[in-house]
Order: sequence, then structure tokens, then C-alpha cells
Amino acid sequence: MERVVRLRVNGQEHRVLVPPHRTLLEVLREDLGLVGTKHGCELGECGICTVLVDGEPALSCLLLAQELEGHEVTTVEGLATDGQLHPVQQAFVDSGALQCGYCTPAMVLVTKALLDRVPEPSGEQVREAVAGVFCRCTGYVKILEAVQAAARRLRETGRPSGCGS
Amino acid sequence: MLRLPAFQLLRPATVAEATRMLAELGPEAAPLAGGTDLLPKMKRRQLQPRYLVSLRGLRELRGWSGSPEQGLVLRAGCTLAEVAAQPAVRSAYRALAQAVAVCSNPILHRMGTLGGNLCLDTRCNYYDQTEHWREAVGWCMKAPGPHSPQEVPCRVAPGGGRCWAVSAGDGAPALIALGAKVRLVGARGERVLPLEDLYRDDGIRYLDKSPDELVVEVLLPPADGLRSTYRKVRRRGSLDFAALGVAAAVRQDPDGTVASCRLVLGGVASRPLVLEEAASLVVGRRLEGEVLEQVSQAVHRAVHPMDNTDFTVLYRRRTAPVHVRRALEALAS
Repeated sequence: MERVVRLRVNGQEHRVLVPPHRTLLEVLREDLGLVGTKHGCELGECGICTVLVDGEPALSCLLLAQELEGHEVTTVEGLATDGQLHPVQQAFVDSGALQCGYCTPAMVLVTKALLDRVPEPSGEQVREAVAGVFCRCTGYVKILEAVQAAARRLRETGRPSGCGS
Repeated sequence: MLRLPAFQLLRPATVAEATRMLAELGPEAAPLAGGTDLLPKMKRRQLQPRYLVSLRGLRELRGWSGSPEQGLVLRAGCTLAEVAAQPAVRSAYRALAQAVAVCSNPILHRMGTLGGNLCLDTRCNYYDQTEHWREAVGWCMKAPGPHSPQEVPCRVAPGGGRCWAVSAGDGAPALIALGAKVRLVGARGERVLPLEDLYRDDGIRYLDKSPDELVVEVLLPPADGLRSTYRKVRRRGSLDFAALGVAAAVRQDPDGTVASCRLVLGGVASRPLVLEEAASLVVGRRLEGEVLEQVSQAVHRAVHPMDNTDFTVLYRRRTAPVHVRRALEALAS
């Protein structure tokens, strides 16, 4: 049955009329116009559609929008503040950690979630954190460098990486 | 965009209400926990329940109790990440900690549940495909499309009269090796059974439970010196299902003599394969040399995979004894 769902996305509340079978990915892209969240396999395999739900990575292609009331969703659009890129985004730019860029929103979000929990991650922790997102350009080395660069930047500036939410 | 078929979403407040709903709605309903197995299968139209009974809001299914000394109770709604991080699981039930840690990938760990992992649908190269692919090959017995299952053969072994889809979950072999039981609650009551008895050697009816019964708890016996490990063979280091899973658990006397041993394989049959003969060979002996060679031979005799998962049948059959041996060697040292 269709019902109006109150979704909190990037700190803003949206009221959306959705049927039960509509996924968060579809609502974000098609109802809210937040196309920064990309669609890949849509079967929970590639990780491209990753968003943060209550600060933790989750696959928006496998979440039912009706089940997300009361949770805080963060997409890549929620990271920059006042036209300033989030330090994680800036680190990806500075490190050249993208080729086609399709996996970048997901990579940036899993990085943010990791650094919120672990400010000084080991190489192994970084590899594990990004293991759920596939980069088909296979540009992983630059991505791993960007995560460590973001970690350094956040430690040096002391800027909380929770901004924008 | 690959979209879900339409369904009605029911949100019970208690386990009792959920089982009542499942009993009333019958086979057209399915329980929804983490959704990481069910929802992709619905998108590919392998499964098309008209009602989903969501278990996500049920507090009764969250958390754990007990200890390695008394025995540990893990409720079925725990996510795989919660199980992997649970201190008692990490210290005393290592095979389970290792199994859930290598299950899928870190994002799905936070979404998938322990109960969902134990009830994971069986897998097959002819079943885990899009609707168009399956229609083009003429469907299969497990997902017969517009036909009845009797009208469509198993594409792996067309003359066999049964479905050979494979049990590929990581949690089940580990928990069976550890001697776990499960508590099921249904509309007509509850029962506790050894986890291995939950599974049937049939790719279609792979769970020995009625549709209204839910796995609500996993009961681990006191650890009592049990040492265990889990190994997994898969194409990539992340995401892939087990082409082979090996769970081993042993109790040893101080001089290294084995007092008891359980060996369980995943990824080779329609249910987790308990290797009784191979395990019995090490009891009363030490995990070394000739004994391990005899175990390898027994494993090779017991494993008969079908050509329906990743890797060739020959490789899968030859690699099983190797990984059982490595698991036992790891426990010996």
C-alpha cells in the first residue's frame, strides 16, 4: 500500500508518497532528484549505490524506503558545506583518486564512515572499508592513497568529518 | 533500473504476530530480515512473494546472552557485523567469527542477519540469473517460470529428478561444527533442534521447517576447550559466495590427542555436508602426518560437487581435501 513516508536526507526532511516495493535508491534519484547516488548492479553486489544510514554504509538498492522512517540518510550531496568540499572529497580530488568517477560517491561515503570511527586507520582497515565498493576502472591504489590523505587532513585540521549532516 | 515486483509490506510488532501472519498468508508470504538475499532474488523474479513480513522492528530478535562457560545465545536478528564483533564469539567460537567475517563484504555485514544467513537460499549457475536468461534456457526445476516444477528438468543433471542447487552460506558449516542448535518459533509453538537437522538434501526444499516458522535463536554449547577454524575458497577476496567452505572444530587432550572432532563443508551439496567418517579418523590420534593423509582421502571420497557453481568440478573436488587438511593443521599448531 502506498503511504507518505517522512525521510530525513542530508539533514532535511522530505515527505514522499511511496509504495512498499520502492527502494531508497529509486526514491533518492527519481523522487528527490539526488542523482549523486549512482545505480550499478542493483542486486547488492557492486556497492555503487552506497549511502550512509545513521552514519554507517548501507546499500540503497536493497533498502525499502518505507522502512527508513526515523533514520538519518546521508548521500554524497550532503558532504560539502557552503560550497566547500568535504575534506574527504578534496582528498579524492587532490590524489586524482578517480577515473570514470562512477564509484566515487560510494568510495567517498565509505571513507567518511571509516574516518568517523577510526581517525588513524591501518592499510588493512582501509582496504576492508572499501572492499564493498567495486571500482571497475581498478584505480584502487589512488583511492587507498586518498583515504590516507583524507585521514591526515582531518587529523591536522581537526575538522569534524561529520559536517553536512 | 532493475525494480522490485509489487508486494504488500507487513510490519508485525512481535515474533508471535509475525508467525501468525506467515501462517495465515501461507506460501505467498516471506519473512524479510536484512533483505540481502531475498530482495535481489525478487528483482530477478526468482522469488515473487506477494507479502513480505518485515522482522526488522522486532526487538525480541536482537542481542545475545550467556557466555562461553555457560553457552552463548545469539538472537537471529543480530547482524553479521554484530556477531563478528561479539567478544565471546571472537574468543571462544572462532570458526563462527571467521565465517561471518569472510561472508560477503563489510557493507553487507551490517545489513545481513544471522538468521537470514542460516536460511540463505540455495545457489546454482542456472538459478542465480536474470529472468530473461532463465527463460532463454527454458527455466529450471527450482524456478520453473510459467510451468510446474515437474514439467522442467534440473539443468545441471536433467535425468536426476531433483534439484542440485548448493548450500553456500558461511555461518551454517561453522555453527554445525561448533555443535549449535537453533530455536524455531511457529504459529503452533516452538522447538529446538540441532542446526544440521534444519537442512535437507534438496535444492528446492532445503530447510526442514514450515513457512510460518522463524529461526529466532542460535544456541551455542559451552566452549569447554573447543578450538575451531573456518576457511573459504572463492574467486575474489570480497563478496563472492563460498565455492568451498571448511569448518573444523576439535577438542584435544594436553598431549595433542584429539578427543572429538567435527568437520563440515559448505558449497559442495544442497545442505552443509557433515564429514563423519573423516572426522572419526582423527579421534584418539594426533593431528599429524599419516592421519591427515587418511583424512584427505576420506574427504575426497565424500565430496561429489555438481557443475553448478564457480570453478570446475574437478578443482572443487580436489581442493576440498587440501583445505580440510590445512584447517586441521592450523588447529594442531
